[in-house]
Formats: sequence, structure tokens, C-alpha cells
Amino acid sequence: MKALILLSSLGVIALLAEIFSFKKLLYPIVLLGLITTFVLNMFDWDTNKLYFKMMQFDNYAVAFTAVILVVAFLWFIMAEGFFKEESNLTDHFALVLFALVGAVMMVSYTNMAMLFLGIEILSIPMYILAGSNKTDVSSNEAAFKYLIMGAFATGFLLFGIALVYGATGSFDLSEIAAAVSGGTALSSIFYVGVLLMLVGMAFKVSAAPFHFWAPDVYQGAPTVVTAFMATIVKTAAFAAFLRLFSTTFSGVSETWMQTVWVMAALTLLVGNITAVMQTSTKRMLAYSSVAHAGYMLLALLAANNYSNSAILYYASAYSIGSIATFAIVNIISDAKNSDGVDAFNGLSKTNPMLAIVMTIALLSLAGIPPTAGFFAKYFIFTSAFMAGNIGLVLIAIIASLIGVYYYFRLIIAMYFKESDGQTIAVESNHKIVLVIIAIAIVALGLFPDYIIGLL
Amino acid sequence: MSAIQTIPLEWYLLLSTVLFTIGVLGVLFRRNAIIIFMSIELMLNAVNLLLVAFSSYLSDSKGQVFVFFIMAVAAAEVAVGLAILMMVYRNTNSSDINTLNKLKW
Repeated sequence: MKALILLSSLGVIALLAEIFSFKKLLYPIVLLGLITTFVLNMFDWDTNKLYFKMMQFDNYAVAFTAVILVVAFLWFIMAEGFFKEESNLTDHFALVLFALVGAVMMVSYTNMAMLFLGIEILSIPMYILAGSNKTDVSSNEAAFKYLIMGAFATGFLLFGIALVYGATGSFDLSEIAAAVSGGTALSSIFYVGVLLMLVGMAFKVSAAPFHFWAPDVYQGAPTVVTAFMATIVKTAAFAAFLRLFSTTFSGVSETWMQTVWVMAALTLLVGNITAVMQTSTKRMLAYSSVAHAGYMLLALLAANNYSNSAILYYASAYSIGSIATFAIVNIISDAKNSDGVDAFNGLSKTNPMLAIVMTIALLSLAGIPPTAGFFAKYFIFTSAFMAGNIGLVLIAIIASLIGVYYYFRLIIAMYFKESDGQTIAVESNHKIVLVIIAIAIVALGLFPDYIIGLL
Repeated sequence: MSAIQTIPLEWYLLLSTVLFTIGVLGVLFRRNAIIIFMSIELMLNAVNLLLVAFSSYLSDSKGQVFVFFIMAVAAAEVAVGLAILMMVYRNTNSSDINTLNKLKW
């Protein structure tokens, strides 16, 4: 709750900065505010407080909030250039901070109303941010598609919520869970409601066959906004998905298990195979982010006491790796005016530091030891294996082998192709953060117990 | 017995489902951006109708409170949506979504 209050006040402060003209101070204020929020959030650990039966800050919520805040901090540093245009500076800050408020609500809700509001508070700023490059038609198109698809998915989610409410008479997660396990037969509209909510959530996490909006939006939006969508939005959406289906709807798992099984298999194959065919790195990373949603669905499907920590670890490993790759893609595409794979040719000669960080991040996304991504996949596969989804684990292993191919294509371009010889200037704070991220990826891979034992 | 309950619950369910389906089909098949927005509104209002009907039949006010949330959020969404549409219109001089075809694989 402390995190929620602080983030909301930071958002208001960002809006006030326009009126009282302390815009120059806003960037350090927000960074300090995020650190404070992170520390105060940690005080909620083990308190398990329930607020008005609407949100509960149990360890699950606190851990995911912490991941979101760390990633947001890294994002703010890599996105510094996004906060430099004079005209919309405070709006950008406020929108991002309010989106974070939505993300925190999505990991801590215990009531359908809070789930709905959290999703919308997160999504509406993202629609605007996706279109923040106002004169660029692809940015416009991304914003428009994101808005239409987001609102469409919300419609399905709400229809599902309404049907579940009609069958159980409640929006409260624990009351619904009690009605599910109560023994009295539920009317058939309840099961339709669960499936409609599944469709709505699958849209939000971009699981196939509801993923088609994601590559377009990720490619068209400004790269920094794409990085935000691929990391923070995805983490929050998965946390919300898991919170809903692993507890409340676990009593009716036979209604949705089959569907999620097919969805996970499709997401893994479609995401990885389509990523192979991309020439734009941004679009390739978008498909890879679809594929990563498939791995996380595996843990959701396992629904054992292992899957919470598996998803937490996967989300942090994936987010940190993605932040680094998107930051570097942003630097390269700004310098060379192209986000094609060719733009990376010979990067190891011109900017060895960028090439090394990019390699570590890509190895982590591909799941090569000793990076964090390897253990993330290992834990996911273990939890799926323990739940007996052996077929799906096989599909996932094949899919990650395909994944290795397109991640390595970038690495090969960086190390074995000739460059055009120009060194790209990188700001020193970006350099520091990228090195920290690279160390963090390896450290998470070497000491996975610190996160995996939390939940 | 309130006025809402003079009509059986199944009929509300049927009406909402039909309205929702019309909305879904509108989003999928219409090419004009404004009509797509209207279709999305239709989907959300079908949900509102259903929530009010359930709320009345369950004698429980929570459903109607939820409707206010949906209305407020839908208003915010339309405000943002129309702003985005204006921005698109300035760049393409059209509200036909077929002009938005720059992003393809």
C-alpha cells in the first residue's frame, strides 16, 4: 500500500512541476522517489495486510511490486532521452508513474473491481505513450491498434466478470473461491465467464492466438515505450493472470487447463518461429516477448506451489534482459537510423562494451547457462514437469532451440560481420547502468536461490 | 419486486449476449474507426446491462457500483481514443483503418 500511495503522489508531483516550474528537478525527484518506494515497499514484507477486502499486500504482491520498481528504475535511466523534449516532459513522467500505479494494483488486487481498474490505469497511459511520437505515422498506428485491441480485450474480461458475478453473487476473489469449492453446483454461465476472462487476460499478456496486436504495437511505438510494455506491463499482467487463475479458479481447473495448454503450445511455436523470419530487431524482440509469455504460461498451467516463485524469477530475469536489449537497440537505431539486424554488424569492433552487454542479455533471453535466463527456464520446466505436462515441456524445449537461432543471429552479426567503422557515442550513465544490468544477469544466474526461495 | 424483475433473467442474458456479439462483429468487420469505437462502447454497455440485471436479481448493490466504474473508465478510454484518432487523421486525412498499414511483417 505504501508503494501505491507514494507512486500516486509522485505522479501528482510530476503534474505540479508544470505549474510551479521545477521541471529540471523532476528527473532526480522521480529517481529518488522510486528508491524510497522500493525501500518502503519492503516494509510490507510478511505483514499480509488486507485493505477493505479490495487489495492485499501479501508476499506475492510485495515481491512483484519490488521487481516492477527495480525494472522501472532501470527503465527511467535508459529512457532519459525520452524525458528531454521540453513540451511534454511532465506529461510523460506523470503517465509513466500512473501506469506504475496500475501495475502495482494488478499484482495486489483481491477484488475484480480492482483488477479491472488496475488493468485500465495501466493501459490508458500506455495507449498515449505508444502514440507519443505524434508526427510519425507508425507510432500513430501503434497507439490506435493498441487502444482498439486493449479495449476489445477489456470488453471480454468485463463480460466474463459479469457472468462470474451472476453465478456467484460476488466480485471478491475469496468469496468466489468459496463458492467454487462450496459443493453446490454452479450454473453454466460461471464456466463461460471463466473462459471469457481467460480470453481477456490472454489478450493482455499477448498469448497466441491473441498475440497479433503485440508485434505491430511493439514495432510502431517509440523504443523506450516498447521496452516498458515488454517488461513492466507484461510482468504485471502475468502476476494478475496467475493471481486469478492459480487461486480463485483453481477449483474449476478442468474448464481452463486444456485451453491454456493449447495456448501455451501455440504461443511458444508461433512466437519463436515467426521471430526467426524478422529482419527488424525491434519486431524480432516483440515476437520473442510473445514467446516468453508462452514459457510463463507453462508455470501458470502447472499451478503447483512451485509456479509462483518460478514466474517471479522468470519475470525478473526476462525483464532485466529485455531492458538491456531494448536500451541497446534504442542506442543503435538512434545512431544509425535503422533497427535492422544489419545495424549491429561489427559492433564488437566499434563498441565492444555494448556488444558484450548485448551478448550477455541475449544469452540470458535464449537461456544459456550461467545467465539468469537459463535458471528461469529450468525452474519453469521443473514446475511443468512436476505437474506432469511432459508433452508441453518437450514443445518448450524445441521452441527454445529455435529461439537460440535468432538470438545468435544478432550475436554473429556483432562479432563476425564487417562494420562501417563508426563508433557510437554512448552517455556514461547509460554505460554504467548497462554494466550493472550485465552483472545482475550473471549474478541472478549464479545465485538463483535468493529469488526462488522468496515465495 | 422491482421493475427490472418483471422480465425474466434469461432474457437479459440473451439480450446482453446479442448486443455484445454485435459489438464484437462490429470491431472485427467495420473499417471506419469511429464505428469501431461505437462497437466497443456497445460491448461495454452490454456488460453494464447484464451487471444491472444480475444485481437486481441477486438483491445486491455491488453490481451496480461496478457499472459506475465501467462508465467512468469507458469515458476515459473514449477521450484518449478520440485524441488518438485526431492524431491519426491529421497525418493520414482519413478515418478508414485501412490507411493504417505501415506495420506488417
